[in-house]
Amino acid sequence: MTNYIFIETRDPFESRDTRFLVETATALKERGNEVTVFLVQNGVLAARRAAHGSHLPTLSEAGVRLLADDFSLAERGIGESEMLPGVRQAGIDSLVDFLARDDTKAVWH
Amino acid sequence: MNEKTLTIALMDPPYESANTATALRIIASALKKGIRVNVFAYEGAVCLPLKDQAPHANPVKGTSVEEEDHPTTKKFVAELLEMSEGRLDWVNCGLCVDERGAHNAVEGVRRGSPADFLKMALGSTNTLVIPTK
Repeated sequence: MTNYIFIETRDPFESRDTRFLVETATALKERGNEVTVFLVQNGVLAARRAAHGSHLPTLSEAGVRLLADDFSLAERGIGESEMLPGVRQAGIDSLVDFLARDDTKAVWH
Repeated sequence: MNEKTLTIALMDPPYESANTATALRIIASALKKGIRVNVFAYEGAVCLPLKDQAPHANPVKGTSVEEEDHPTTKKFVAELLEMSEGRLDWVNCGLCVDERGAHNAVEGVRRGSPADFLKMALGSTNTLVIPTK
């Protein structure tokens, strides 16, 4: 098993390319890998409960761990009560912990 | 490998992308955790530590240089190098530097080539490539 950490910076309502994330992360999870998506910058806009059509529920249902950067959320005025269930706030320190683990592949998107 | 090392490749020039702020936050966090960090600055990212950057006043708001307290990437890089106590190795791609005339970097930044990036990656716990969009 390999650990994968996807760092998603893109807003799904601006870039259709976030389909790449859904397809790749889900496929890796189905093959028995541990997969985490760390949302940062405009990537956190998908974490809003009001973001209809967000790709995140699909990832959550597939068992992918979803984390959202607290700094990016605060910059955009997104509070914890406004977030989708299944997405957890995390600091940049958490991302570094993931990056520093052995057998971990990091993908910036 | 007991000691953890992260290698990060940067490509965005200063003041263009939120990627830069996130990358600097990752580097600072890793250094605080005692992790060694290698940075390979490629393309426009070689201007991040450029000493000629100057903070400016804001004539729209009528604020002075001091009041504006405009952060520069050269200051961030210099402070990261200082706090790292030798655990941050920042390499600017030499050809990218020549193309941009970006030779005047803050102290501690060294000149290198993509071969250095390969060596860094091979000796690291993990490598993160942060591309331009």
